[in-house]
Amino acid sequence: MPLLPALLFTIVITQVPFLFSIWYSLTDWKIVPPTPREFTGLENYTSGYSNPFFLDAVGTTLAMTVTTVLLSVVVGTVLALLLDRDFPGRGVVRTLLITPFLIMPVVAGLVWKNQMFSSVFGVFSWLLETLGFQAIPFVERWPLWSIIVVLVWQWSPFMMLIVLAGLQSQPTDILEAARVDGASSRGIFAQITLPLLRPYLELGILLGSIYIIQVFDHVEVITGGGPGSTNVPYFVFQRSIGGGWDFGQASAYAIIVVIASIIIATFALRLLSGLLEGHEVA
Amino acid sequence: MTTTHRERVLTGETVWGTLTLGLTAWFVAAVFFFPVFWMVLNGFKEEADANASPRLFFEPTLDRFREVTTQTPGLLGFSEAFLNSFWVVAVSTVLVLALAIPAAYALSVRPVRRWRDVLFFFISTKFLPIVAAILPLWIIARDLGILNSHLVLIILYTAMNLPLAVWMLRSFFSEVPRELIEAAEIDGTGLWGQITQVMLPIVTPGIAATALLCVVFAWNEFFLAVQLNPVDASTVPIWVTSNVSTRGNFLAKLSAASSLAVLPVVLAGWLAQKRMIRGLTMGAIK
Repeated sequence: MPLLPALLFTIVITQVPFLFSIWYSLTDWKIVPPTPREFTGLENYTSGYSNPFFLDAVGTTLAMTVTTVLLSVVVGTVLALLLDRDFPGRGVVRTLLITPFLIMPVVAGLVWKNQMFSSVFGVFSWLLETLGFQAIPFVERWPLWSIIVVLVWQWSPFMMLIVLAGLQSQPTDILEAARVDGASSRGIFAQITLPLLRPYLELGILLGSIYIIQVFDHVEVITGGGPGSTNVPYFVFQRSIGGGWDFGQASAYAIIVVIASIIIATFALRLLSGLLEGHEVA
Repeated sequence: MTTTHRERVLTGETVWGTLTLGLTAWFVAAVFFFPVFWMVLNGFKEEADANASPRLFFEPTLDRFREVTTQTPGLLGFSEAFLNSFWVVAVSTVLVLALAIPAAYALSVRPVRRWRDVLFFFISTKFLPIVAAILPLWIIARDLGILNSHLVLIILYTAMNLPLAVWMLRSFFSEVPRELIEAAEIDGTGLWGQITQVMLPIVTPGIAATALLCVVFAWNEFFLAVQLNPVDASTVPIWVTSNVSTRGNFLAKLSAASSLAVLPVVLAGWLAQKRMIRGLTMGAIK
């Protein structure tokens, strides 16, 4: 059966580590200091979800994901509306706009941190000083927001492409009919365009959330988990191979993340399923 | 109906309105692109110029590009990192296609029983946070002796991109007219022949777009590379971060290195931007 190799490969590589994680999470396994591995049942979970640092990381992840996704959707929609018309150099403008999405996350983080945000040689502080204000060390003052700005910069083009696909799928005859009937541009946008865009916006929100909930690179290079910017992936990393070496506890956190992801994924899959029905011949 | 007329019908704008909004679009695009422009510009500066208050005009130099591409003994070099990345990205992308093409065929042209469940299983693996699997992956890789090798990244990048590729290719394959395949079958063409002789010529652009997205994601991947592969087989993202120094000025050097690192993927993305949207939405949007 032509399907088997791909299926087996995916099962082995993605599901087996997960089973290991469940086993580790039920043990008391530390590398530093080395302790004999003992089965401790659900202890890691009960101590885990009451750990204030973990709760902070959960809060940061939620704030980071929700803010980034919503801002990207708004900015992306505005960009798409700007692009949804014929004007000189449209292709070039679109090319420039999608570039941030193609930039390696590590590079995006480093460039923004050192060349935009920096209070010494950053472009932003130079602008502020030119306008007569004081330079601001953005990353030190607003660690979480600095990361969010870079994420929005990278993800708005993604949302733009999705919304643009939605805008261009609008049936011309309906819009024309509405216009002939004397509907205003604003009315048409609110009553025809937005409802038609809804599945596209939902898809953008869900796909964006899947990726942004897992953000690691930006946190690593911009703040290194500095105050208030440690999200759950970075937290789990810190607690295990990133220096904590408490494998049992870290695995428990990881499993909690997986359970949360499954809940989100269920909604996402239902949506993808709807799109599968709606846009394609099965 | 010309495009311009269609657009005007859609937006209800006057020519002047379109022009103003077009200019706005240009301005916004310039703002969005500025950090990239600035990065490339800084790569052509002397450290002293890059580490001064921002300036647009300066004496350009290629010295930083020379510096970052010169091999220093004992440190991860430019050519080494690019070669490592090239092999990992190329082999994993070929593997993804080799696994995904037959799978997509079985899920679209000749759907197996419960094909829908299979499709959703593939995509559900994308929802599992990698950080939750990194610990066992690290331990398994260490026990198998493949930590710090090309192999471990090739395997994981293949797994990372496979669901996306299956979904994307399935969407392209389902557009091939069924009559063509049935005709080939009546002529006695086997499965392999049906794929290579009938399907591939039609879906080649789709396969190219799929391969491109796999390349983009694998090339840019940092987390797995730095956790599982930080020493001997380091890839380009790790090489970029190695140009950050705690001693002395590094901005111009880092900019030069960053520009080189993003170049292949940015160029590829620019060339294939029209097809990109479909891959990003797992084939759900055309």
